[in-house]
Amino acid sequence: MTSNKVIDIDHLFYDYPDGTPALKDIHLEVYPHESVAILGPNGAGKSTLLYHLNGTLMGRGKVMVLGISVEKNSLKEIRKKVGLVFQSPEDQLFCPTVFDDVAFGPLNMGLDEDETRQRVQKALEMMGLRGFEGRSAHHLSEGEKKRVALATVLSMDSEILALDEPTDNLDPAGSRLLVERIRAIPQTKVIVTHHLPVAFDLCERAVLLFEGRKIEDLSMGELLRDRALLERIGFDADYARWMYERSAKIPGASS
Amino acid sequence: MRHAFLDHHSQTESPIHRLDARAKIIVFFTFILIGVSSPPTSFLLLSLLALGLVAIAVFARLPLGHLLRKVVVVLPVLVVVAFSIPFMKKDALGGGYNLGLGGLSISRSGLWILWNVVIKSCLGVFSVILLSSTTSFPQLIRGMEKLGSPRIFTMLTSFMYRYSFILIDEMHRMKRARDSRCFGGRWFWQTKVIGNMIGTLFLRSFHRGERVYVAMLSRGYHGTMPETKAKRLGLREVVFLSLTPFLLFLRVYLG
Repeated sequence: MTSNKVIDIDHLFYDYPDGTPALKDIHLEVYPHESVAILGPNGAGKSTLLYHLNGTLMGRGKVMVLGISVEKNSLKEIRKKVGLVFQSPEDQLFCPTVFDDVAFGPLNMGLDEDETRQRVQKALEMMGLRGFEGRSAHHLSEGEKKRVALATVLSMDSEILALDEPTDNLDPAGSRLLVERIRAIPQTKVIVTHHLPVAFDLCERAVLLFEGRKIEDLSMGELLRDRALLERIGFDADYARWMYERSAKIPGASS
Repeated sequence: MRHAFLDHHSQTESPIHRLDARAKIIVFFTFILIGVSSPPTSFLLLSLLALGLVAIAVFARLPLGHLLRKVVVVLPVLVVVAFSIPFMKKDALGGGYNLGLGGLSISRSGLWILWNVVIKSCLGVFSVILLSSTTSFPQLIRGMEKLGSPRIFTMLTSFMYRYSFILIDEMHRMKRARDSRCFGGRWFWQTKVIGNMIGTLFLRSFHRGERVYVAMLSRGYHGTMPETKAKRLGLREVVFLSLTPFLLFLRVYLG
């Protein structure tokens, strides 16, 4: 069987430890080099779904990543292939210096030191953080922390990036800068967000979650024009329309 | 919020700051060792040690006033412990100085002990402050590790360093939230609220710990922190380290 799906999720259910259902019968297919936004209100199960991509959470159902089933004894392999960035950089960055944090993944993967150094340098450069190696995380601004957090998985050269609210807590300028940086990353991306502009700038496809169910899977353009759907999940439909029309007027502004 | 309460001035540029942490740890430790082991009567040796430390501080472009203020930290301990000794020691041989304060007398050997404790603790504390003011905390941990300190200790210390700042921030935020809700009242009523705050802080830290662990697992953590090789010591380090035999020589010759 040949399939080029990089992510293949079928009939996925997940209940929180207290028994509350969080994900109900999720289907999701992602193809190489796609950027998929997972959208929905708070508590819709967006992050929960994201955590299934690298086996942080494991529910009932099929989760295949690059042809490998996500289960206990494939976790080591899966985590090399899926780089997950958590919402809070304070959780993502746990080492004394930026270098240690960015080198943590590659070293755990068993890369030698020269290779690791090269990867760290490359990842930091991609995030515009050249020369930050010796800095401590608590001396960075929120935007810098977010970029270092991304660099910690870029250095692992994973084939899939799973980002949880990458622009959360950032001011508009910081958010735009980060979006630019993320856009330049060629890997397959799955991005959880509740900022419509961020999703619009980064992704061509939107997966909508509502109360643990996938209610829609459509192109970004279609979503922005669907007033009823936008209002159902609590987005500002007028603003979405404006975004869509603006991008239509400016050729090549956004896909 | 920004803090640097552990390593003030450690980011200053100077020849001393640029030295490898291992060299500095060894040299300052020698200063402490020689200081503590020398007899209190050898004023020449003690003043040479003090002079040496001051010279290093000048070389490191550190403000002396600031360093001396930090040495003051030991004063409370000295006041409690050492300053009572001259009054308590019953001196049979040396003969005391009678102050005429209703039987209160100072003993000669007691004074010597006081001098001994004061000068040695000041020298020791000054050495430690110099070390921490010329070496950033992450480098210090790494230096200790390369000098053979058990990995579990250095690992714990580095986590503590990283998260102490976040914990303090969290505490400040909680305090602010409490104060802005007009919290006042009697002292014993406050204890209950403070107790609740400590409990909340504990729970938050506990959950933070879990999230950090998940973030570590996501980047391939499998029970051991990855390690990088240390750089070889250069000529500058060797020159600085040559202070060690010199100090030993002084101790033997003058002490």
